[in-house]
Amino acid sequence: MLKKSKRKERKSSGVWRRLAKNKVAVVSLGILIVVFLIAVFAPLLAPYSYEMADLKHGLEGSSSAHLLGTDRLGRDVLSRLLYGSRQSLQMGIFSVTGAAVVGIIIGAVAGYYGGFVDNLMMRILDLFQGIPMFLLTIVFAAVLGPSLRNAIIAIGIGMIPSYARLMRASLLTVREQEFIEAAKSINASSPRIIIRHIIPNAISPVLVSFTMGMGGAVLSGAALSFIGLGVQAPIPEWGAMISDARSFMRAQPQLALYPGICVMVTVLAFNLLGDGLRDALDPRLKN
Amino acid sequence: MAALLEVNGLKKYFKSGSGMLHAVDDISFTLEAGKTLGVVGESGCGKTTLGRTILHLTDPTDGEIVFEGKDISNPTKNELKAMREEMQIIFQDPYSSLNPRMSVSTAIMEPLVLQGKLSKAEIRDEVKTLMDTVGIAKRFENAYPHELDGGRRQRIGIARALALKPKFIVCDEPVSALDVSIQAQIINLMLDLQEERGLAYMFVTHDLSVVKYISNDIMVMYLGQMVEKAPADELFTNTLHPYTKALLSAIPVPSIRNKKERIIMQGEITSPINPKPGCRFMARCPYAAEDCAAPQVLEEHSANHFVACCKYKTIKN
Repeated sequence: MLKKSKRKERKSSGVWRRLAKNKVAVVSLGILIVVFLIAVFAPLLAPYSYEMADLKHGLEGSSSAHLLGTDRLGRDVLSRLLYGSRQSLQMGIFSVTGAAVVGIIIGAVAGYYGGFVDNLMMRILDLFQGIPMFLLTIVFAAVLGPSLRNAIIAIGIGMIPSYARLMRASLLTVREQEFIEAAKSINASSPRIIIRHIIPNAISPVLVSFTMGMGGAVLSGAALSFIGLGVQAPIPEWGAMISDARSFMRAQPQLALYPGICVMVTVLAFNLLGDGLRDALDPRLKN
Repeated sequence: MAALLEVNGLKKYFKSGSGMLHAVDDISFTLEAGKTLGVVGESGCGKTTLGRTILHLTDPTDGEIVFEGKDISNPTKNELKAMREEMQIIFQDPYSSLNPRMSVSTAIMEPLVLQGKLSKAEIRDEVKTLMDTVGIAKRFENAYPHELDGGRRQRIGIARALALKPKFIVCDEPVSALDVSIQAQIINLMLDLQEERGLAYMFVTHDLSVVKYISNDIMVMYLGQMVEKAPADELFTNTLHPYTKALLSAIPVPSIRNKKERIIMQGEITSPINPKPGCRFMARCPYAAEDCAAPQVLEEHSANHFVACCKYKTIKN
């Protein structure tokens, strides 16, 4: 037992070691951890409440009282940004996780059984993919009504087809390889073949896409809130904050700039981490 | 001596868009312990499928497989499990037959772990012995397949096949993906192992010079059927079937003085999908006549030399 856990540790540390060599990925991971901690500890970090309005001091620039100034209702921008990370991360993580789980199951079933089941599922996905993804998301968000939960569902549904396709394609490639037959010839059971042989070789593209998808989902979430279909006022959300700042773009451009930078940095961090993960997960690049 | 493996009228048909593909059509042979049967034929003649069908990696359409006197044509789950400990396979492509995410020792360990008869310590010892047997240095224990060359990878494949101490191994073109110097090493390793352990091989290949070197009997296949089967020397000295002749004439001779006359075959290979009942080589055979359209019967020309050609007596060497 001891030996086994030791071996597992060594194997996963291979991925970590290679990831650790990639400076960009490490910085991205660091940024994401910081964003995550901010989201968790927002109430402790924020100097003010996110909804405390102070109309006398609206639209002010940076000052010692308000480090990043105030918005049109005199609310502290820094506090709203800190709280906003909660909504953005939730939309990113939950929508993609849900989409990936559903997508992987659909893709695995379609790829494993093939034939009619495969055809039926893929044609249904074709229908979904025929509609531009963001349009689909907007439709679902509009039908379900604007709220954080519904935004997560809407974004997630739009992403399911790509995960299903990815998993299926990856599964099909691996399933045809000779080592699957080799495993069969030494009496490996189907569950063992799937768990030990197929999934480890088929999962990396999905894992990479999972990480990168979070960036996309954060962006979609911000976009939904920007057009008013996402998180509703007074709860702060980066996209909604940019939307709010539109009217003051000339006089107070920083109001749009700060949440914009937050979205950009988070999305970029997810994408670059995904990039690094792809390199780290490829055993052929192992050194 | 009783035969280790007996195959009677084995058939494997695949359904394809335009009909039934006769990959293996009515093959029969027997193989004794410690002997090697070479199976030769061109690409797509069903020699690989034959090996896989015997091991039940695909289920036979029809026919009988008897191993050590036991009929294993339709094995139950337990029979299949027991059977696979006796019969193993070495794959053609050492690049795709190893899981890229399993280290050398994990890969060799796998059959033993699945067998579940040995303790962890015993398995570790056994892996060491196996690595030693097939000639992989201990330092490669934690290496991954992509870090090794083709010869070493194929040695891992052999170690995996040997792990369960089988009596019969299907060797599916085990050296065709390797370069010539390594081919010789691997073949010598396999011959040594055969001598030590009394293994029976079914050696599937398209490389005639290799098959002559290692086989006791050679079976020539054409489009799923056995066209000729004879002891190795007999096949090369007293070739009967026109297809075998054409095949043997294609072996390169390393001499510029004794040029061999090549028999160049004309025409396309007949489709294996819904073939006509007659001789399948007819369309390309220089001696084709009317009788050839009738089903060909396997005749015993001399002891243990079978041929399926109605014209073989009239063809001069």
